[in-house]
Amino acid sequence: MAVDRRKFLKSGALAGGALITSPWVFSTGAKAAGEIKVGVLFSLTGGLSIIEKSLHDATMMAISEINAGGGVKGMKITAVAEDGASDPKTYNEKASKLVIQDRVPTVFGSYTSASRKAVLPVFEKRNNLYFYPTYYEGFECSKNVVYTGAVPNQQLSNFIPWIIKTLGKKKFFIVGSNYIYPREMAKVSKILIEKNGGEWIADEYLELGHSEWGSMVNKIKSSGCDVVLSNVVGDSVVAFYREYKNQGLTHDKLPICATVTSEIEIAAMGAEYAVGSFTSFPYFQAIDTDRNKAFIERYRAFVKDPKAVTHHALESSYFQVFLWKQAVEKAAEISPTAIREAVKGQEFDAPNGHVKIEPENLHTYLTPRIAQWLPDGQGKIIDAYKEPVMPLPYVAYGETPTNLFCTGKGLDAAKLKT
Amino acid sequence: MLEVLFIGLSLGSILLLVALGLAITYGAMGVINMAHGEMVMVGAYVTVLSGLWLGTNIFVAIPLAFIVTALLGLLIERVVVRKLYGRLLDTLLATWGIAILIQQAVRLEFGLSFLGIHIQGLGPGLQNVSVPEILQGTLRIAGADINRYRAFIIVVTAILALATWFVIYRTVAGTQVRAIIRNPKMAAACGIDVTRVNALTFAFGSGLAGVAGVMMSGFKTVFPDMGTPMVVDGFLVVVMGGVGSLLGSVFSAGILGEINGLVAAATNDILARAVVFGVVIAIIVLKPKGLFALKGR
Repeated sequence: MAVDRRKFLKSGALAGGALITSPWVFSTGAKAAGEIKVGVLFSLTGGLSIIEKSLHDATMMAISEINAGGGVKGMKITAVAEDGASDPKTYNEKASKLVIQDRVPTVFGSYTSASRKAVLPVFEKRNNLYFYPTYYEGFECSKNVVYTGAVPNQQLSNFIPWIIKTLGKKKFFIVGSNYIYPREMAKVSKILIEKNGGEWIADEYLELGHSEWGSMVNKIKSSGCDVVLSNVVGDSVVAFYREYKNQGLTHDKLPICATVTSEIEIAAMGAEYAVGSFTSFPYFQAIDTDRNKAFIERYRAFVKDPKAVTHHALESSYFQVFLWKQAVEKAAEISPTAIREAVKGQEFDAPNGHVKIEPENLHTYLTPRIAQWLPDGQGKIIDAYKEPVMPLPYVAYGETPTNLFCTGKGLDAAKLKT
Repeated sequence: MLEVLFIGLSLGSILLLVALGLAITYGAMGVINMAHGEMVMVGAYVTVLSGLWLGTNIFVAIPLAFIVTALLGLLIERVVVRKLYGRLLDTLLATWGIAILIQQAVRLEFGLSFLGIHIQGLGPGLQNVSVPEILQGTLRIAGADINRYRAFIIVVTAILALATWFVIYRTVAGTQVRAIIRNPKMAAACGIDVTRVNALTFAFGSGLAGVAGVMMSGFKTVFPDMGTPMVVDGFLVVVMGGVGSLLGSVFSAGILGEINGLVAAATNDILARAVVFGVVIAIIVLKPKGLFALKGR
């Protein structure tokens, strides 16, 4: 009884201390129990669940593989899975629950920028750590988020020069859904197009989720462009490619070069509408390496679906857990701050190739690739960067590898203005 | 220019396609049917499922979808809507609830997904319908490339509009429907079986929505939420045309479609949509009963 009482008093004191410092004192308790808890936060219901469920599955698969291999520092990883319900507000609530109630030292989650922005205040205020697996528009510099998806320069920096030099197309028609991601992508595209001696003749947007493409495709047809750069997102993509073919445009004469059209969208539109068009991503299911083939095999077995497709954000959801594991092994203690410091510079051989966390901005080195879509719904990789490219989240505002805007100290706002 | 006008016409025909069913359920019966978009969605799923399970194409799906959604409409009328005639706001809430139920039934595969059973073609994912070769690509008419699938939609919409006109204005049942629109009690006094005619009218309106769904499935992706935005456009057309007037719906769909097409061609799609809403607001302000209002005494 006396011992119990003493323990009680001790943890009471710790709780008191936790109020002043941080709640991480408690994670030593989790350590003793031989398990380490992490949060997994994706939408399992709602409109975005189609894609986010696959990210959730990939995360769970990585966790179970790590556990099967002996866990982290001899501890089993226990995933606390929550459902973001395709709603940013729910994301925020669930993130608070994971951080405050479950006291996890890290959460893996989010697909849309809207949901990431919604949980950001929770992680910054509580000084916790969030791993975000999706390609996004950049323009963010948080020391509480590790970004493992592509930023604009990693999708466009080889794509635009390749279109101009290899395809020989010079007049761009830029089209996108009307929100931040396509608009930032268009900004970066224009810089690169002008730098490589091309020109852009239009920069047009359609409402997100809108699927009436008649006027836009007609405009593309009469614009005199010789290539279309598409940043169209979601189910709009399907209607766009269908209308494109139905108005008699063909990808061999006027190809669509896309930054968002992945294996999932191709399957949803019917592959015959996309045959011959191009997409730029760091990862494609078609990457022809033993490591990737084994990865696809394991994923299909894990989700019990022999036809499941893999895609870029899914692959990042998978390998980021391994980067996290290496960081935990290196860190002196299990706290978000220690893990963050340890994750800087971590390297891993992912299904897409070698990846590395940039120590300054916590984004990931990835290898840009270009694929042309085949009738079976798979991409044929026709161009790849020689090595992983440094992530530059502020490239649209003049960021270069030698002049970083986002560093370990945070965003240099003075550079952004000039 | 011809191509721009054609696209406007096509936009108008798509608006009318969705609005035809609404013109009947809302215009004639005074039911704000929020589940109308879901009927469109069900029609689209009938196309997907008949393609997967029966191996049939989009032409076979048209009558099939009409029958399925008409029966579903009949069921909804019998179970819920019948008890709510004359209570406009209550129909809105009740049919909205039905809309959510139908959406979730498709998403959860009628609840079977909880038991681990999956029906191919249902569920939360995006489905697609393959369009017959003959409807893909373009036709060259008078120096302009005309999109075959859009031309097909215009033809189907015209046929449906004519059929609806014929049913409402040239048949005994249609005369009874129009009598009920004017004055249900007097119609009943004259020996018209109001409940029966109402049920059939609702089923007919739902069936038209199902056919709209088949046409939509050919150039959009099919998923459980697809119907919701369409119902808004449908109401715009019916309200602008004048509640209860078939001719009004035809004209307002044509006008809105052409405005949308022309403004989009001259500027961009986002502005075009704003202009369309602006025109509808202006017309409702200037002519509160719509372009072709029924003259009552």
